[in-house]
Amino acid sequence: MNAKVIVVTSGKGGVGKTTTTANIGAGLAKLGEKVVVIDVDVGLRNLDVVMGLESRVVFDLIDVLEGKCRMRQALIRDKRVETLYLLPASQTKDKDALDADKMRTVVRELIEEEGFDRILIDSPAGIESGFKTAAAPAEGALVVVNPEVSSVRDADRIIGLLEAQQVREIRLVINRLRPKMVASGNMLSEADILEILGVKPIGIVPEDEGILVSTNVGEPAVLGSSKAGQAFMATARRLRGEDVPFMKLEEDRGFLAALRRLFGGA
Amino acid sequence: MFWGRGKRTKETLKDRLELVLAYDRAQIPPGKVDALRRDLMEVVERYFPTQGRAVGPNVEVEQRGDTVVLVANIPLRGE
Repeated sequence: MNAKVIVVTSGKGGVGKTTTTANIGAGLAKLGEKVVVIDVDVGLRNLDVVMGLESRVVFDLIDVLEGKCRMRQALIRDKRVETLYLLPASQTKDKDALDADKMRTVVRELIEEEGFDRILIDSPAGIESGFKTAAAPAEGALVVVNPEVSSVRDADRIIGLLEAQQVREIRLVINRLRPKMVASGNMLSEADILEILGVKPIGIVPEDEGILVSTNVGEPAVLGSSKAGQAFMATARRLRGEDVPFMKLEEDRGFLAALRRLFGGA
Repeated sequence: MFWGRGKRTKETLKDRLELVLAYDRAQIPPGKVDALRRDLMEVVERYFPTQGRAVGPNVEVEQRGDTVVLVANIPLRGE
């Protein structure tokens, strides 16, 4: 993707926006980009805990805007991946402390004065002001979608809104795909989702207990060896324009699966 | 897993999603189309009166490429 400023969004909550932001951010930084991930969920911040940086939060995005600190003081540098930074949301302020213009100002400063290569904005759930604020400075979007009815419906709505906001590059991250269920015909496949939403996936991430384990300890999965971690890393590479084939979700192979296909079960 | 059920559940889901997204994109509440269908039935009845029409007009919202279209299928003679 050419977009420097990318909003990570989904409409529906709980589909993995924050996990996606943390992992793709860490992945891009691992590949050498200077990356900042911004939490825009004012009042319900979570990117700090998912990344394991919660104990180092002193100032936040709103403090910068209110002139209580300089940008440099609010940015938290990750110690595991160089060139990865977090700009946390405020946990106590009202969401009205932030708006589209302020967000654009912050992003401009991060690019022009701090020299970031990439800015990932973790949007709050919903389609209201929080989302609109998060999307305002974005040139691109990662729409996180789970292969289930409400998430796909909300993703469609969000894609419409992003197009209306002139966000040029919109890509899907299909999260929590269960290969076995896809094979048995009880879960939408990536092809089904592409057909329904008309937006290309840039990442397909399998359901993986490893994600919970990595968030338990606050370490991005891309730094480990879990399947989901590898899928996020591959997504980061594709985002940079590398031609990385999608991971074979091999559970639909083998004799039993062939039998199942033969008898119409898969 | 649900071999006995015939249709794979994702096919049902795809059909449901296609319909609901067509309505969402057109910003039309499904009940409105139902009301239109009933009105249409009355009008058709006025021009082509039949006794005991078995099937009324079938009105659906469909996605065709980038546009959403209303499709009315009006049988003039029900068997």
